[in-house]
Amino acid sequence: MASLFAQRIVQAALILLGVALVTFLLLHYLPADPAALIAGRSANAQMIANVRHQLGLDLPLPLQFWRYLSGLLRGDLGRSYIQRSEVATLIVARIPATLVLMLTGILVEVALGLVFGILAAVKRNGFADRAVMTLAFVGVSSPQFVIALLLLYVFAAELGWFPMSGYGTPAHVVLPALTLGLLGAGWYARMVRSAMIDVLNQDYVRTARAKGLSWRRVILRHALPNALLPIVAMIGIDIGQFMGGVVVVEAVYGWPGIGQLAWQAIQQVDVPIIMGVTLVSSLAIVLGNLLADAVAPVLDPRIRGR
Amino acid sequence: MRRVFAEMTRRPSTLLALLLILVVVLSALGAPWLAPFAPDDQPFDGLSLEGAPLAPGAKYWLGTDTLGRDLLSRLLFGARTSLVIGLVANGVAVVIGMLVGTVAGYSGGMFGGALMRFTDLMMAFPALLLAIVLAALLHPSLWIVAMVIALVNWVQVARVVYTETRGLAERDFILAERSLGAGHGRILFRHIAPHLMPTAIVYGTLGIATTVLLEATLSFLGVGVQPPQPSWGNIIFESQSYFQAAPWLVFIPGAVILATALSFNLVGDTLRDLLDPTQRGRG
Repeated sequence: MASLFAQRIVQAALILLGVALVTFLLLHYLPADPAALIAGRSANAQMIANVRHQLGLDLPLPLQFWRYLSGLLRGDLGRSYIQRSEVATLIVARIPATLVLMLTGILVEVALGLVFGILAAVKRNGFADRAVMTLAFVGVSSPQFVIALLLLYVFAAELGWFPMSGYGTPAHVVLPALTLGLLGAGWYARMVRSAMIDVLNQDYVRTARAKGLSWRRVILRHALPNALLPIVAMIGIDIGQFMGGVVVVEAVYGWPGIGQLAWQAIQQVDVPIIMGVTLVSSLAIVLGNLLADAVAPVLDPRIRGR
Repeated sequence: MRRVFAEMTRRPSTLLALLLILVVVLSALGAPWLAPFAPDDQPFDGLSLEGAPLAPGAKYWLGTDTLGRDLLSRLLFGARTSLVIGLVANGVAVVIGMLVGTVAGYSGGMFGGALMRFTDLMMAFPALLLAIVLAALLHPSLWIVAMVIALVNWVQVARVVYTETRGLAERDFILAERSLGAGHGRILFRHIAPHLMPTAIVYGTLGIATTVLLEATLSFLGVGVQPPQPSWGNIIFESQSYFQAAPWLVFIPGAVILATALSFNLVGDTLRDLLDPTQRGRG
């Protein structure tokens, strides 16, 4: 088990190395020239060449990548072309906001998923079951930015229950978290539903019922823990989906997280920040998968032996 | 195939979805004849006296946008953009995914392993972020957007096809064919490919929904299809700052995107049900 996990960690490190290389090459071969952008519109060829030299962009490509990699190992993501400060510092300053958004989003998603999933499993083909199927389909088919604008329109502009945008109080987080969580909730509910149906058909659940336990207790104490495993795995895998969603949601709600940082950097062709955010997002995705692997044996003792 | 189609029309929700898709296709094909105005026409009475967009009414059925252009006409022409990108980008993604998946699954060994490690690598990228970065820095246009979407969307198809090909390659009828002296090309195209057709059809449909949504998102962020060429996403992009005063400009196109994506998802899911009984009832 331990060696299997060590193997996973090595794999994860290799994947991150690959992500760094691919991002580096992609940004290097894109037609946008950061040196020309920094030097400004009135700059002549000599000035652009100077900027290029300052940034180390005139070095041979492998050397540039090597400098980037060795910086990464020291936790140095380079300096922003535009803002002139350390990329790592900029990103770290933005992480709490994004973390708050993601955690509340996941909370909304899992809470709704569990409630609807259990209801659907217990009363198959009933109202909750149909609602779950519909919600799941509408959820995956909804453009996130439209849902964001819809929530803003109804709950902020018309009803005035929540602020239009910004960050700081719990009221600010409600609409962004709902936008992130609502759409995925249907899919979680479907997963919970099918996992619960599997578990509810098992003998030990019938035994628990037969010895006189209430349905409530059977479902919450006996069936649910066994149905949780796929949910945990799904959260881990979903981190990637969330990292993308964060860009859109932060753009609409003016939420000062790394999505917004990335979005501004993309518009300014601030390559070090774009690379930094891509790497940090990939790190989050890889860690999410690792975490799902690590938590599984804790939740399910049957996996521990393998 | 006829049996599948008959079965599909028997399910009310799938039938409705098929009809909606038909409407979108007809709108895209017939836009020049159906649209009451040209998509970039700015009629003299397209804005109110105060210069605000007009709400839905008798002359402009769905209202006008912030430049006084007819929303219905822009939506009809936008259907062209969305469908072209949906079909092209998703088609390319499915073809790349099928190729990588079958080659990796059939050849196995070092080469197949290396190909699949590369798809693992692609899975570790946040797809939407990657698409935004590429589209923004490549000077977005319709075809660039389509290629960017294909580039981030083939991975899932490749993984599914890989697993299926691995399973097929070990079956007895493939072994039999090999013993009869069939070459790899013959086995791949005559014996493995037909078994992968259901997967191709299912992803060819489901993927259109994903693609339409991705194009809308990119255009909404301003890095997709560029105005004045209308796309459902950039209609919302152009009017989002007016969404309190003119909500129809955001929510009508939004509903159109949702309905289209939902229809393709429903039809794709039904196809999966019908073509592959082992997947029935799964997510």
